[in-house]
Amino acid sequence: MSHQRTSWTARVACAVTLLPLIAGSAALAESDNYVEIARGKALATAGDCVACHTAKGGAPFAGGLALQTPFGAIMTANLTPDNATGIGSWSADDFARAMHEGRRPGGTYLYPAFPYPYYTKVTRDDLDAIYAYLRSLPPVTNAVNRNTLPFPFNMRPMMSGWNALYFTSGTFTPDPSRSEEFNRGAYLVEGLGHCGACHTPFNSFGANKADKYLQGNQIDYWAAPNITNDTQSGLGKWSVEDIVQYLKSGQTGTTLANGPMKDVIENSTSKMPDADLKAIAVYLKERGAAGSPAPAPLAAGDARMKTGEAIFVDTCSACHTREGAGIEHIFPKLAGNVITTQNDPASLIRIVIAGGRAAATEARPTAPAMPSLGYRLNDDQIAAVVTYVRNSWGNAASPVSAEAVKTLRNKVTGAAD
Amino acid sequence: MTRRLPRKDVAIIGLGWTGSILAYELARTGLEVVAIERGPWRDTAADFNIGTAPDELRYAVRHDVFLRPRQETLTMRNNPSQSALPIRKWGSFLPGNGVGGAGVHWNGQTWRFLPNDFRIRSHMIERYGAGIMPEGNHIQDWPVSYEELEPHYDKFERVLGISGKAGNIKGQIQQGGNPFEGARGREYPTPPMNQGYPQALFTKAAAGLGLHPFPRPSANLSVGYTNPYGCTMAPCTYCGFCERFGCANYSKASPQTCVLPALVREPTFEARTECEVTKVNLSRDGKMATGVTYVDASGEEWEQPADLVLVCAYGLFNVRLLLLSGIGKPYDPASDQGVVGRNYAYQTGSGSTGYFEDAKFNPFAAAGSLGVALDDYNSDNFDHGPHGFVGGASITSAHTNGRPILYHPTPRGTPNWGSAWKKAVRETYQRVHNVSAQGSVMSYRNNYLDLDPTYKDPLGRPLMRMTFDYQDNERKMANWMADRCDEIAKAMGAKTTQVNRLTGPWSVVPYQTTHNTGGAIMGSDPKTSVLNRYLQSWDVSNVFVMGASAFPQNAGYNPTGTVGALTYWGLDAIFKYMKSPAPLVQS
Amino acid sequence: MTRRSLLASAALLLTATGAGARVVTKVLPWRPNEAYPVTPVLPGGYLYFTAQEAAIVDAFVDRLIPTDDLGAGAKDAGVTTFIDRQLTGPYGGHDWLYMQGPFASNPLPSQGLQSPLTPRQQYRQGLKALDEYCAKTFSGRGFVQLKAEEQDKLIAEMEKGDAKFEGFSSRMLFSAIHGNTMEGYFADPIYGGNRDMVGWKLVGFPGTRYDFRDVIEKPNQAYMLPPVGMQGRPAWGER
Repeated sequence: MSHQRTSWTARVACAVTLLPLIAGSAALAESDNYVEIARGKALATAGDCVACHTAKGGAPFAGGLALQTPFGAIMTANLTPDNATGIGSWSADDFARAMHEGRRPGGTYLYPAFPYPYYTKVTRDDLDAIYAYLRSLPPVTNAVNRNTLPFPFNMRPMMSGWNALYFTSGTFTPDPSRSEEFNRGAYLVEGLGHCGACHTPFNSFGANKADKYLQGNQIDYWAAPNITNDTQSGLGKWSVEDIVQYLKSGQTGTTLANGPMKDVIENSTSKMPDADLKAIAVYLKERGAAGSPAPAPLAAGDARMKTGEAIFVDTCSACHTREGAGIEHIFPKLAGNVITTQNDPASLIRIVIAGGRAAATEARPTAPAMPSLGYRLNDDQIAAVVTYVRNSWGNAASPVSAEAVKTLRNKVTGAAD
Repeated sequence: MTRRLPRKDVAIIGLGWTGSILAYELARTGLEVVAIERGPWRDTAADFNIGTAPDELRYAVRHDVFLRPRQETLTMRNNPSQSALPIRKWGSFLPGNGVGGAGVHWNGQTWRFLPNDFRIRSHMIERYGAGIMPEGNHIQDWPVSYEELEPHYDKFERVLGISGKAGNIKGQIQQGGNPFEGARGREYPTPPMNQGYPQALFTKAAAGLGLHPFPRPSANLSVGYTNPYGCTMAPCTYCGFCERFGCANYSKASPQTCVLPALVREPTFEARTECEVTKVNLSRDGKMATGVTYVDASGEEWEQPADLVLVCAYGLFNVRLLLLSGIGKPYDPASDQGVVGRNYAYQTGSGSTGYFEDAKFNPFAAAGSLGVALDDYNSDNFDHGPHGFVGGASITSAHTNGRPILYHPTPRGTPNWGSAWKKAVRETYQRVHNVSAQGSVMSYRNNYLDLDPTYKDPLGRPLMRMTFDYQDNERKMANWMADRCDEIAKAMGAKTTQVNRLTGPWSVVPYQTTHNTGGAIMGSDPKTSVLNRYLQSWDVSNVFVMGASAFPQNAGYNPTGTVGALTYWGLDAIFKYMKSPAPLVQS
Repeated sequence: MTRRSLLASAALLLTATGAGARVVTKVLPWRPNEAYPVTPVLPGGYLYFTAQEAAIVDAFVDRLIPTDDLGAGAKDAGVTTFIDRQLTGPYGGHDWLYMQGPFASNPLPSQGLQSPLTPRQQYRQGLKALDEYCAKTFSGRGFVQLKAEEQDKLIAEMEKGDAKFEGFSSRMLFSAIHGNTMEGYFADPIYGGNRDMVGWKLVGFPGTRYDFRDVIEKPNQAYMLPPVGMQGRPAWGER
């Protein structure tokens, strides 16, 4: 139909435009590279490159999104093959060096907000395919300011010290004692998936703490949960099939993805092959459990619990039910759902304040939205009801303070999500 | 100056039930579809937020979600000898507005008409002779049969997830269902709702009288459900904020819950809201529509060319658009000539209020379609011979709400204020229950729609004028039904009852029902109908008109189920039309 | 797949085709913190009524729904504040209604409201006419100065249309006050009336609670939970 014709024309037109630039290089951007380009597109989908390298309302992959880091905002690079403002002049070797070593052509250091400590694991072959895909995009002129960090963090050569401490380059080596499926999952998670970048706590230098890999982290004021096989706070109660469904459709029967993970699912995992999702699930389930033990639950008679119960009965039970059971495929279960009992309650608090729309996928388009209740409940009330949810029906987790709610409220009201 | 936009395959006027279903079914085949809606976008979490939705003053009394009469209203009179005056404030009916249309604020009662309803003229004359037909009537057989619509009723019910109990599956009568219903292919998609205490009393009393009560088919779902479009709904929680309100917890079927999530994903679909279509544009010879003209929120005028125009703006506004666009000859009752505006009909309401001793009905625990009904007095399920009227009613024990601003009943004769009133309100609230009859309205020569000669909308276009009154036939029928309701209320154990009859002329003041039907009816004869049996305009073959405006007269049920079935029936025809554009019926 | 489909984002998408339109494509629109709550009425003072008008309305509504052994009446429930605030909003000016002329002076009863007077005008003119009528009929005493029985008798006459005010329909004034009193007594307390949910407690209406599956499961039993409003209830803690 007409739309496909248009994009095919655009692709061929790009190939024609790019030929003079890459005259020296052999196997690139020719129309019979279609298989390679398609493979690269699938890999870029797995890596979810588009999520960071696209500004709000901007052209895909043309960069310009401000990534908030503890050290300031970093604007993401333009990955389209534009010569002046994108990576049009980069060779495949240049691209591989950036992904493997965190260095630009010429040696400038890249910041690990671009998660090259994970991409280092990706094989050269896969990187070449991604490179081919990126070359096939229409070049977009978008000059991004790549030096936005304040002093002293704008001193890129300092990264050599950071790399020495926190970065080991090297492609993925399969573990012969594990199944092929496990290794495939490991390759995806530890490499392109870069799941640990969000799901692992940072040290004060912005490096993921290797000894706490995948045990959960607060990122962008959301709590990325523990995704080890821990029963108390991780995936211990999920089956492999649950994980696959979650990544593919945005939900299991009892929990729905929200916040930044919603975007990962919509842009990336819901478009990946089932076999890859299964491999990821097998890896996550089989690599072991780690997490802190649960505290004792608050007594039902605690003042916060009584207040929280009243609010819950009046406002929350109409969706989540009185017993916190939720409704399959539309309202998350709260009882026994590890999302509610993470050490860090940030996700729960902010979703009550600002609301949240669940992931929308082809399989599950409804994307039900938690209504925003920040206008209706004050800090004490939100603290009480979230505390109640975290300590009822067998749940046990730290209570929430009004202070914590106040801090998050300042961050999420009026902030674009 | 009107600016012309790039052409679309399909322009849909209005994004309610019919507009969203057609938009989805057409866009998913790759057609470029634009739906132009004059009201705002509406979404559950923002607009029906659980902390703002249960607000009786805002929604039930001030009508926040409805069309504002300032933007458009109708003028009204009871008969052609009078001067029509504007309906300055809605009363008798409440037209919707915004994305989702009436599908947002409806109760969710979802019926199929009975097989005889579709051939009421032939049937009544066959059985009773032409003498039974009321004076001045315009009753017509429908140009489709129940059997033809059956699979489309099924489709609509499945998209909505209707909760009910089948009474007749492929000719086999089912226990617990409606034995009078037309044969269906299969059971309802979800089980019936749990009913309340008054419904239990009604069921027992009605069965004791030899009647056949059954749970009313409901779009307030009994269980979680995912429909064929992949959209998921939750079970109803009996909150009692159903009609006039958006549903906060995804448990009332609406375009929001059943269609829009799948619809917006279609890459060739676009919704343009806060844009009012002012007319359908026609070619110079008037035989084809070239698209629509609309005015956006800033007052700018645009022309949207399209190959196909679907008028899905709600029955009443469909008729007005046809009149303003010059599609079809306007109806004139004096000469009985013309078609657009002809056969406007409505619904009757009557019944009995029972005052019970020592009951705790908890009227606030309610849902729009919670209820037990019986069809023993509907359609021609009973002998009309002795009674001398045509038509029938569904009789129901239901309670849609206990919201106190508008519902604080007291026995007849109680003062309207003071301590005595206060005492009566307190004592009556838990102890009163209505048995209601919702009855058919036939079509008549002098009940019709046309353009008002005096009053205009803010854009300077004439308002539509509604000339309507209940006729003797409807009064007789409704009041007979009121007595039947009274029998049941007494059998339920009411200590005293109060019969509510249909008296006086139809008044625009108290709320009655938003079941406006007719005005752009389907038929077999272009001299007495606007649309052929495929809902295609006889005059302009690339215009199809969806909604209850197509009904030749109204039956004893809410219209939405039949509107939905006709939409899917019309969809098949639209696909046929697009393969080979031409009138689908030779006139 | 086209570039356009890659541009899907959570924000609303404005295309060049409709500067004055809200266009929705590709994704269901969603914004954080999006809800449209009403602004809570803060009691104290009057924004429309003069002190004199407020005193009359207070006295009037106090007779319509008196404070008695069944609990607080309309005056104590804040109904005058409710009416005052309603009059300052779109309701007060009939902003949403069709107010184009010509206005018929003799409509059919079935044609409903046809007066060009907005609620603001009805109260201003009607209360003035009421007090003038009282002064004439009760030897210079205004409505507020009448004894309760006198007020009741007058209100009953107004209800029937038997009290003939100068230049104003007593029946219209009665309807306005009576209707707004019912609203103010039974609406959510956020609007200034139904203080402490007394109206809801009178009949046993639970307010904004949204889940009654348990009530349906236990037919014909008394409902025990106290009512809750859009701003909560005492068990939600201090606001």
